[in-house]
Amino acid sequence: MEDLKAFLIEKVLLFESDTLASGTEKVLQKVRRDKTSVPVIHVTYNSSSIIAGADKTLTAIKSYVADNQTSAEVITVGCAGPANYEPLVCVQMPGKNRLFFRNITEEKVDSLLNGVFHSDINDDDLLGQTGEKGFGLWPGIPFMNELPFFALQKRVILSNCGCYNPESIEEYISRGGYRTFIKTIRHYTSEEVCDIIERSGLRGRSGGGYLTGLKWKQALTTPSNSRYLICNAKESDPGSFSDRTILESDPHRLIEGMAISAYAIGASNATLYLKSGSDHALARFLKALEWAREYSIIGHDIYSSGYNLEITVRVEPGAFVCGEETALINSLEGKRGMPQLKPPYPTSSGLAGKPTVINNVETLMNVPLIMQYGPEWFRGFGTEKSPGTKILAITGRGRMSGVVEVEMGTTIRKVVEDIVDGIRDGKDFKAVQMGGAAGTFIAESDLDTPIDFEALKEKGITMGAGGFVVIDDSSCMVDLVRYYMEFIRGESCGKCIPCREGTGRMLEILESIIKKPASEDSGTTLERFKGVMQLETISSVMKDTSLCGLGQTAPNPFMSALRNFREEFEEHIFDRKCRANVCRGLRTFIINVEKCTGCTVCAGKCPVNAIYGTRLQPFFIVEDKCIGCGICYDVCKFSAVIVK
Amino acid sequence: MAADINDIIGKYRQGRREELIPLLQEIQSVFGYISEDAIVRVGSHLGLSTTKIYGLATFYDQFRFFPAGKIHIKLCNGTSCYMNGSKAVADRFREELRIEPGQTTRNGNFSLETVTCMGGCYHGPVIMINGEHHIHVQPEQVPELIKRLKYIIDND
Repeated sequence: MEDLKAFLIEKVLLFESDTLASGTEKVLQKVRRDKTSVPVIHVTYNSSSIIAGADKTLTAIKSYVADNQTSAEVITVGCAGPANYEPLVCVQMPGKNRLFFRNITEEKVDSLLNGVFHSDINDDDLLGQTGEKGFGLWPGIPFMNELPFFALQKRVILSNCGCYNPESIEEYISRGGYRTFIKTIRHYTSEEVCDIIERSGLRGRSGGGYLTGLKWKQALTTPSNSRYLICNAKESDPGSFSDRTILESDPHRLIEGMAISAYAIGASNATLYLKSGSDHALARFLKALEWAREYSIIGHDIYSSGYNLEITVRVEPGAFVCGEETALINSLEGKRGMPQLKPPYPTSSGLAGKPTVINNVETLMNVPLIMQYGPEWFRGFGTEKSPGTKILAITGRGRMSGVVEVEMGTTIRKVVEDIVDGIRDGKDFKAVQMGGAAGTFIAESDLDTPIDFEALKEKGITMGAGGFVVIDDSSCMVDLVRYYMEFIRGESCGKCIPCREGTGRMLEILESIIKKPASEDSGTTLERFKGVMQLETISSVMKDTSLCGLGQTAPNPFMSALRNFREEFEEHIFDRKCRANVCRGLRTFIINVEKCTGCTVCAGKCPVNAIYGTRLQPFFIVEDKCIGCGICYDVCKFSAVIVK
Repeated sequence: MAADINDIIGKYRQGRREELIPLLQEIQSVFGYISEDAIVRVGSHLGLSTTKIYGLATFYDQFRFFPAGKIHIKLCNGTSCYMNGSKAVADRFREELRIEPGQTTRNGNFSLETVTCMGGCYHGPVIMINGEHHIHVQPEQVPELIKRLKYIIDND
């Protein structure tokens, strides 16, 4: 191990020429397991696969290998993308292409490995094979990069994810890692790095789309004796997990990105601000950090360049608003995470009053690649004003789900129809929601919008951190808007009135739309209408007068849903009907007298005793008592309960 | 127990305000919650009033001021889980255990917590019981699940 470390440092990291010596390349091939003499079994091991049971799969594979005295090597890798195929297992037989198998739960392990080792592969679990040069082909098995899920992606930032053991720095270095950082601190000045990044046109991936190079320059040119770099891995939106996936699958590239960025702004302190509850990501990152220190990637006078760098990790204590820059800084300073008026911007006065640059994970992941391949290479992806790629965390009701990376300029339709492959369970597509809790709903008619900063802005769609929720017709838009509003109201920090009061009022009105009123007299109806009339006004006031982005964008889900799905709102308000049958308060149930056998099951289960009748005679539901919970509907074996 | 808190505080020697949140986080990770005593001690160490510390700690969702139950149940309320029916599951837990998220039952057996996204979006609704994930949870499974957990507690 010590020998390998010395070798990697001397022959790879400090090797001046761009192409490595052929002898070195051979060693690296071995580290990368390009040519192995024994089978290698890769098990995807991150939070989403652990939820799907990767823990047990891994144990089963290890015990299979031990029991059968096979000389196979078992390694854990990061996430390859498709979350619905977890636990994902990849087997590499010597000299052959790698084979990917999906949904390998523990009970499938034995038959799978028996099959692969004896060339009798079960097609049901098989996903495909990789097609690398110089490896034997498996006949009749599709290539991974031809599957629609991968074919339409451009995996640049995610190129390492799922390919190597994220806990091994040797593997990262053997894939070309950390060389760029060493080259940068030895041969470039901070100004030059800022220049290169500015020329590449890299824009902050968190929503605003500000030029990263320009932001860095502002911090660099502010006179100060110390500066700070903060990597924002807060991604607080419910249902976004791309940062976590990156941290778990490729922590070393993030460290390299943070290191280069810190060098570019002249900071010797960098902090990762991590979302609470990401225990697995935290453990992986800390381990990677330890290795980086071991290899002197961070520390004092790194490789005699005179540059010092320390990276620390801080776990965010659980507040949505801390994703906002000034609130984040407050929270790091040990105060309540409340935003402040800007300017001054953090680039001139941030953490401890010093110039501070805050970039998110995805932005920083681009940096090592741009420094390695140059700004022109980066401009080769995406559109002119939005170069590069965009990571999307796809969730919801689509057939496929997981973290994907597409070129900027790819249309939303392409993502929905080809990568996500439509809707599961035979339902129909309704909308896509982009941009997290304060994002916008996109209806069918806007699906041809390309994903880039300008085009989305024009349509009033927020890019956000890359949340991409696919919604089908089993969801009610009014209820979803209420869900987001409830979330934001809970997370509003309470500093400014428009946000604190506005979110509360909007939630109240939305709830009055979907709830059954205590009495349907003209008073309550009038109140409901008055509320609805005010929703749009409240929205525009909040948008114009809130202090930070949270309040300004909080009405987005409502406004976009109203724009695209007005008829659903009207049905709820006027007809008191929910077409998706989600809103409990609006459902009324009746019992079909002809089908009811009088089995008493529904009456027994009714939580409010609203069902009456005599045994073996048809039962009936008292509408005034019914709360619309739908338990009777679920338990009836004779389909006698009907939703009205 | 009192000695332990001092051990943790001792690690944060600089006594600066920036250390407040990591300090509270460490106390919570060791003891499971932040006691009144802990707040007083942290206050005297950092030179901050207890109201300031309590005000800060209540601002953030992560901190709790009561011990968690023997069985701690985390309910995912991320968008994907919500669309797959996490609300009905959460309602069922609330009804069965008669506590709200953030609370602990009076006998100290169960506590509930809502979180946003645990990462199992395709398998929603996801819940986590004492570190173990359960996927595709349906509301009608909840009573049976609780019965089983109660049995485990009783026989422990």
